[in-house]
This record gives sequence, structure tokens and C-alpha cells, in this order.
Amino acid sequence: MGEFMNKKDQWIMGIETSCDETAVAIIKNGREMAANVVASQIESHKRFGGVVPEIASRHHVEQITIVLEEALNQAGITYSDLSAIAVTEGPGLVGALLIGVNAAKAIAFAHGIPLVGVHHIAGHIYANRLVAEMKFPLLSLVVSGGHTELVYMEEHGHFEVIGETRDDAAGEAYDKVARTLSLPYPGGPHIDRLAHEGEPSINLPRAWLEEGSYDFSFSGLKSAVINTVHNAEQRGEKIVPEDLAASFQQSVIDVLVTKTGRAMDEYKVKQLLLAGGVAANKGLRAALEDKFANNPGIELIIPPLSLCTDNAAMIAAAGSILFEKGIHSGLDLNANPGLDIAIHNDK
Amino acid sequence: MKVLSIDTSNYPLGVALLEGDKVIGEYITNVKKNHSVRVMPAIEMLMKDCDVKPADLDKIVVAKGPGSYTGVRIGVTIAKTLAWTLNIPLAGVSSLEIFAASAGRYFDGVVSPLFDARRGQIYTGLYRYKEGQLVTLVKDQLLLSKDWADQLSEQNENVLFIGNDLPLHQDIFEETLKDQAVYAAPTEHNPRPAELALLGRDREGEEVHSFVPNYIRLAEAEANWIEANKEKKL
Ligand SMILES: [Zn+2]
Repeated sequence: MGEFMNKKDQWIMGIETSCDETAVAIIKNGREMAANVVASQIESHKRFGGVVPEIASRHHVEQITIVLEEALNQAGITYSDLSAIAVTEGPGLVGALLIGVNAAKAIAFAHGIPLVGVHHIAGHIYANRLVAEMKFPLLSLVVSGGHTELVYMEEHGHFEVIGETRDDAAGEAYDKVARTLSLPYPGGPHIDRLAHEGEPSINLPRAWLEEGSYDFSFSGLKSAVINTVHNAEQRGEKIVPEDLAASFQQSVIDVLVTKTGRAMDEYKVKQLLLAGGVAANKGLRAALEDKFANNPGIELIIPPLSLCTDNAAMIAAAGSILFEKGIHSGLDLNANPGLDIAIHNDK
Repeated sequence: MKVLSIDTSNYPLGVALLEGDKVIGEYITNVKKNHSVRVMPAIEMLMKDCDVKPADLDKIVVAKGPGSYTGVRIGVTIAKTLAWTLNIPLAGVSSLEIFAASAGRYFDGVVSPLFDARRGQIYTGLYRYKEGQLVTLVKDQLLLSKDWADQLSEQNENVLFIGNDLPLHQDIFEETLKDQAVYAAPTEHNPRPAELALLGRDREGEEVHSFVPNYIRLAEAEANWIEANKEKKL
């Protein structure tokens, strides 16, 4: 009887190699984390001031089986327990994605386990399901180095992008501003830290775009910061980096929070989920909590830091739902650096 | 003993199955198509046709480079993951050695397999059979085909050149080596995955976790970084 009960558990292995983290996780029944292993390459890329794709790909090959083994050991299960293998098929760096995709296919073939290709952003959103059960309809604010999006979900596995950045992602703007202030890579956490020590006293633009739009634009803000520093230098004035960081961060947060709030009202959502690496930003977390935590009828979910940055638990969590919906990938699954999240909707 | 071999180091995609001394299956294409999409289905089809299940495999052999960085990585990732997950040994073989193994077997002289590496450069090594065994005379390297032709002209043996990229460099070899140079027939220009399997079959298994391609070259950013830091130290 016990045997039989165990057989009904769903175990999903997730693999994520879209950028500079080699990650494998195992999730039980969609929400329980049995293993979550992340090998970060950040130390290697720091000396280049950003992620170098060829070097990222090389590190993934070095790490992949080590990380796989550690995840299986952590979970204490074997292949025969696995219901499916979920892997990030895109978007991301193509050479990096290829390592995860091909490792996933090799395991799926070797043990006859179903394969599920997952969109990276679907993963980021589903990291929230490891914290709390999702309630629909919901809105997710996705903010990371490569993405700034508002994603509306009416049901599991269905994603509608209602707003996205037209130029730089918020995370990119953070990195560029950090470089302007000569802060080390990655710059986001440094700006966040400085912002808390300064006052938002410098006037910087906020890009609202046309009336009613949920899209974002951060390149103008980034240029304004660079110009402010440049002009001060030419006049021989000293800019207080803390104040500039605080002003920049305030501008980003104002736009994110205002547009999110408007979308929440229009779509009458039950939950707001924060997703993506920039969700680690203390200023953004505080602003969202301040604005939305006490909204009656709307639940705000902010995952812990380790689930906001790239990881494979989120890929397994999304894969769990897609697998339940009957979505399988073939052994011809490819890495797709420009993958559209809507691929999950049509199936 | 059943051996699966995989070669995706250049445009040719090759998969073979060896059972003892017998080649029971071999699949080769030489088209500019995506290896990542095609190699697993190729392995699946070949194994199905040969009635071999993944659990029946005793060893994985892979072409570990040199070649296209992405191409080699696809083959190596699949090979090391299969070896690890099936808990069987993994052997890596030079992508160039595979050519020498087949065409060089009945050739009286040395063998220089090659891949074009752009800007007049080639990846090549030097091999020959001695008492039935293939030996490496010059390790795989990256150099100008002009320089390679000059080096080869200083020795007295005939040289067999093999590889699909040969037409890009044949003029240089003809000019420098004249009658000393011999060119393989088109049927030899795709590396035979069965030769790869045979070469790897009797080799000692490698440590799977630390197994990586032989890129020959550092990543460009890495090389630049080392150069820049050298200058700093001076
Ligand atoms: Zn991400």
C-alpha cells in the first residue's frame, strides 16, 4: 500500500543553463523542493565585467554532471521515480542553453522519461508556486537582467504578456548605471545598497509612454543618469553617488509600481507575483509591500532571494504544470534563444 | 561489449554502434543542419534499428575536438551525460585522429587530417600506423596551412591529407609538397563514427565529471584577458 501511494507522487527534475548558472533541481508534486543545486559562474565572469557567452558555455560543460549528481543525491531518489525532466529551452544564450537541453535529452532517452521544454520566464513566475499556491487570475511582475514584463495569467500554464520593455531591461539599466558610477559587476545590488544611504534628490525622468500602455522603457533614464554624471564632471562638481543611486532607483520603482498597480486594477487579479533576479532588490520589495501588501482581496507574493535569481527549481515547478497539461517535447527539442512564452498557450 | 560513438565536431554528424569487433550500425550525414536537433533522434533511430537499448550499452566514445566549439560541446555533453547516467565508461578521441584511423590504415606514409580554422589556419595533427597501431606523431594543433606545409616538406615521407575542408588549402600543399602530397578520395572526407568507436573501445575510461572538449584555443575573451594582465604585471 505504501509503495502504491509513493508511486502517485509526481517527481520532476528541472535543468536550467540559460545564462551563467548551471542548475538542477527536483520538485515533488509541483510545490515541494526536494533538491535545488546552483553552480554559479559569477566569479569567472566578473573579470570581464559581464557574462561572456563562450566562457559560460564552457563552464556549463564542466559543471553539468556534477550538478545533476548532487541534485539526485540531495533528493534521495532514482531515475525510476522521475515523472518528467523539465529543461529551459529559451530564451537565453544559445550556447549555454544547448548544454542543459542536450543533457536533459540524454537522460530522458537513457531512462525513457518524458521531456518538457520550459520557457525561462514561465519558470521565474512559477518560482512563486514553491512559496504559495497560485490563485487566478493573477499578475506577475517579471524584472531581471534580461526582462521587464507584466504577465497576466488566467489559469495554469497560460501566459499573456500585457507589457514589456521596449529597450533595456531594468536589470540592464542597473548594470549600466553601476558602470557609470564605477561600481563592480554585477551592479544591481550595489545600486540598491547605495540607494538606501542616499536621498532621491536628483530629478530624473520617468518613461510613462502613451496613455494606458503597460510597456516599459529604461534607456532614457539610463542616458539621463550618464548625462548627469557627465555634466557634473564638466562643471567640476561632485555628484553624491548615494543620491544618484537613490534617484535612479526611485524612478525605476515609480514606473514599475505604478504600472503594476494600474494593471492589477484593470485585470482584477487575486494575486501579484514578483519574479526575476531584480526581485532581490530591497527597494523594489519594500515599495511593493508598501503599496500592495495591505490591499484587501489581493495577495502579494515575493519569493525568497534564492528563488528569484536563476535556478532550476522554478523550471521544474513550471514543468510540473506543463507536464500535467500533457505537454511533452521530443528528442528533437532545440535551444531557442528567442523563444516566445506564448508557445505554452497553444498546446 | 556494446559501444556507442558520437561525433558532432564539425558539419558531419556521425553515430555508430559496435558490438565486440562488429560494426552493427553506422549513421553519417554531411549537411549544414543543427546537430542539437538531430543527434539524439539519430542515436534513438540507430539503436532502435539495431535492437540495442540504452541499458545494453557498455561504453560511450565521443569525438572531443578540435572542431566547432558548439558542435563539439553538443556531442561531449550528450556523451558525458549518457555515460554518467548509465554509469558506464566514457572515452574521448581526437576528432582528427578518426580520419587517420580509416584512411591511414593502408597508406605507406604519414597522415594529416584537417579542419579549416579560418584566416589561412587549420586544425591538424600528424598520425601513422606502426605495426597495426595508429600512433600520434604530432599532437593536434592550430597553425597556418602554409607553415604546416613547410614543416611537412622537411621530412621525407609521403603525406596523406584528409578532410572536407581540404579544397580550401590544397593549392598550398600542392605548391610546397608537390608529389609528396596525396589527397584522400571524397568517401574518406567524412570521419567514420565506427572508427571512432573502435579507437575508443579499448581506451581507459576518463573521469566523467571533469571531461571537457579539447578546444585547442582559449575563448577569445579569456586570451585577451590573460594578455592584458600580462602587460599589467610587466
Ligand atoms: Zn532569469
